[in-house]
Amino acid sequence: MPLETPVDPSGKPITDVPNATIRFAGDSGDGMQLTGVQFTNSSAIFGNDVSTMPDFPAEIRAPAGTVYGVSGFQLQFSSSDIYTPGDEVDTLVAMNPAALKVNLSDLRPGGIIIANEDGFTPQNLKLAGYEENPLTDGSLDKYRVHPIPMTQASLRAVEELGVIGKDAARCKNFFALGVVCWLYGRPLTPILTFIQNKFAKNETIREANTKVLKAGFYLGETQELFDRSYRVPKAKLPPGTYREIHGNEAIALGLVAASELSNKSLFYGSYPITPASDILHELAKHKAFGVQTFQAEDEIAAICAALGASFGGAIGMTASAGPGIALKSEAMGLAVMMELPLIVVNVQRGGPSTGLPTKVEQADLMQVMYGRNGECPIPVLAPRSAADCFDMAIMATRIALRYMTPVVILSDGFIANSAEPWLIPSVSDMEPIKVEHPQEPNGEDDEFLPYLRDENLSRPWALPGTPKLMHRLGGLEKKDVTGAVNYEPANHQKMVNMRQAKVNKIAEFVPEQTIYNETDEAADVLLIGWGGTYGAIREANRLLIEMGHKVSNIHIRYIHPFPRNLGEILERYRGKHIIVPELNNGQLLRLIRAEYLVNARGLNKVQGKPFMVSEIVEFVDNLLTKEKKNA
Amino acid sequence: MSATESPKYTVKDFASDQDVRWCPGCGDYSVLAAVKKVLVNLGIAPEQYAFISGIGCSSRFPYYMNTYGMHSIHGRALAVATGFKVAPPDMQTVVITGDGDALSIGGNHTIHALRRNVDFTVLLFNNEIYGLTKGQYSPTSPIGKKTKSSPYGSLDQPLNPLAIALAAEASFVARTVDMHPKHLQETIERAMRHKGSSFVEIYQNCNIFNDGAMAHAQDRKVRADNVVEIKHGEPMVYGKELNKGLMRKGRDVIPVTIGENGVTMDDIVRHDEHAPVGIHAQLARLKYPAFPEPIGVIRAVERPTYNDLVNDQVADAIEARGGRPDLQQLLNGNSTWEVNEQGETIGR
Repeated sequence: MPLETPVDPSGKPITDVPNATIRFAGDSGDGMQLTGVQFTNSSAIFGNDVSTMPDFPAEIRAPAGTVYGVSGFQLQFSSSDIYTPGDEVDTLVAMNPAALKVNLSDLRPGGIIIANEDGFTPQNLKLAGYEENPLTDGSLDKYRVHPIPMTQASLRAVEELGVIGKDAARCKNFFALGVVCWLYGRPLTPILTFIQNKFAKNETIREANTKVLKAGFYLGETQELFDRSYRVPKAKLPPGTYREIHGNEAIALGLVAASELSNKSLFYGSYPITPASDILHELAKHKAFGVQTFQAEDEIAAICAALGASFGGAIGMTASAGPGIALKSEAMGLAVMMELPLIVVNVQRGGPSTGLPTKVEQADLMQVMYGRNGECPIPVLAPRSAADCFDMAIMATRIALRYMTPVVILSDGFIANSAEPWLIPSVSDMEPIKVEHPQEPNGEDDEFLPYLRDENLSRPWALPGTPKLMHRLGGLEKKDVTGAVNYEPANHQKMVNMRQAKVNKIAEFVPEQTIYNETDEAADVLLIGWGGTYGAIREANRLLIEMGHKVSNIHIRYIHPFPRNLGEILERYRGKHIIVPELNNGQLLRLIRAEYLVNARGLNKVQGKPFMVSEIVEFVDNLLTKEKKNA
Repeated sequence: MSATESPKYTVKDFASDQDVRWCPGCGDYSVLAAVKKVLVNLGIAPEQYAFISGIGCSSRFPYYMNTYGMHSIHGRALAVATGFKVAPPDMQTVVITGDGDALSIGGNHTIHALRRNVDFTVLLFNNEIYGLTKGQYSPTSPIGKKTKSSPYGSLDQPLNPLAIALAAEASFVARTVDMHPKHLQETIERAMRHKGSSFVEIYQNCNIFNDGAMAHAQDRKVRADNVVEIKHGEPMVYGKELNKGLMRKGRDVIPVTIGENGVTMDDIVRHDEHAPVGIHAQLARLKYPAFPEPIGVIRAVERPTYNDLVNDQVADAIEARGGRPDLQQLLNGNSTWEVNEQGETIGR
């Protein structure tokens, strides 16, 4: 329960709350993403745990004022560990009627609406489909509505600087930011520093944004609009140096780190696609680390060039979303056949076809597992969060180089674009990635045998240019050991089995599956998740325990092969409830059922949105309550 | 790699242990032989070469070379070779492809690799037919061509490989003929010595599914009257008596006979490999039987290679930072904060 502590310079009371969820919403040109990111930064530096979720339209600049042009940014900050950007919104900032309309259903009853009154013009109301102004017609009575003429206030704040018209009006997002910073007692310093750096070359804009930000803050303090402010106490986090990181950024940095750890150069072939393009943008900045980025003519060229680079001895890498992965699938098969290392990232989005390019979905698991011709096994790793992308990118590289195989990293649009505090790892603690290239023939009579395997069933990676090791790779079936083209039935069977056995062997290398919240014996319910649903499932698990239920959960990061102890865990839950929440129609569910013959059930959602914690909690609670009644 | 040195390697050094499995009489054999001779002339060790191919009859080529090689997937050889050439090590790279591989399924990669000017040689075996899939019309088959998939005749306007290469600003564009071994070898050698993308269309006979489709350029008895062997700085003359030539008329290039209608040798165009694309495009469009077809190097110009540019950009970035930067610094980024042993955030 909130605790009143009346100390604010304005004399208004401050209410302590354990966490808060805020959503900034406006036109896609209103700067809502920037506003959200700055608020996040300020909260993280203040000492809260933070989780964010941007939500932007597929259109770049949809007509102003329309509902399909609304861009949003949601974040939750908390005094304890949090895993999600929040279910229900406590405070909604709406810059126009469309933003209000699109987001109102997520605001909790009694929640705060901070509206830019100046954006509620007759034209904008009409565009959003309102007949009356909702700010004045009483339809928002169950919320606490604060209309503020932000555009006018911004214009007044910058008048003396000579900034007028559109330039002045464009500052209004900083006004909104200032108001919310006051409301939640956020420090302005990090945002002021950002403004200093961002507009270092334009003094007028720098001053204008600074003034508007402060004007917003002081408005909260001095005017009678708000009767109180809120404070989310600092969270207790493990010691160390932190930064914020997005999933796509973390994948890029992970690969740069893997390149350094293995002393192999990184070649990144890519074709722009939402939501994977930021990986290209990030890697293109890091040429000083020897990174080569290649913006190819299409998705196929991107992966083929990466594979060519791998043949030459580099770490070849490509990334895309589902539609691009579909195009790359033939080349992924070639990589399997040639047994060359290759990193393939799929940042999933809503499908099928072009689907929902900017929304989240987990429906490409079967695609990366089986979406190729022939028996074509590829390891699949699924990071669970933005920060985890860094570790998984390094692990993917370790596997690719150790086992001479393509590896898929299965991320999603939520992980890619959400930010979280990241305890920065120390480079000196990272284990180097050992790579050996043969220098001498490995067969009799100076013969080089490119498919002679080591204890990992991996074949040698001979670098072109090395004398006496000339060999030819290709997509035709290979003869065991020699790698010569071969059509013999028994050899094909052997090679098909060998390629699968090699991938299966990776289970010996990757860590065992950890289980959360299991006490002495198996709980009544086991929740199984993968990928970006980690936060929602962990939090749901915590709440279910608080409600008195016996629930544990596992989050599978290694999907192919499954962790070596997964069967053992599932065996303990035979006869109990095994629930697999997924943002698809049951893909991991099918893999689990097929592999382990357990009676797992799905909790499925395919709406382009992440799980709300409450959806999982209610599902499990209903299940157990019904069971008790029947008993 | 001077040709005047005594050869360090022999043809045998470049032959793999695999049996060559093309149909007897296939034009691919003569190209294989010519390439090996060129490699002997270049005097570079076998391990310094990579032959990268797509899919099709000719794309089996890498298996027969004792070099590094890759038989990739249909249409993608140029894309694979681009990544291979750009990333270290810097290898002598040759792409083996065909009319279906490079102009149909892989047409996109052909255009883009050539415009980038990746430093490799592209040998396009043009037999105007799909051989490996047993005889369907290809993107270079003429209109009306009757094949298994076009029993009533092909309706498709054929592509002109040289015109496409020129439109893509390829820095080296040539055409040669499988049954003209000397010309074949000389053209391939020039292509391989060129720095940048060199594109060579090779008229190649498929004696099973399209025998004689290019006989006008292959048959010794008639080819002198049907092809113009163009050479830089020399007049474009042809014919058994070398009494025919190409003359400019307005924007066009037309065939003329020297000594007729007042035409003299001075009227014949001298070939300039480095000229603007205009005249080269006219040459590329000359098509038998209306015109004699030019063979030889149509265009050879110098421009920076993509692989050099990519690697220079990396080197410049490293130099600008005063050496390879610190990974830890990269991970830290621009904005960090500390959490102390008590779990309290203590700001920046």
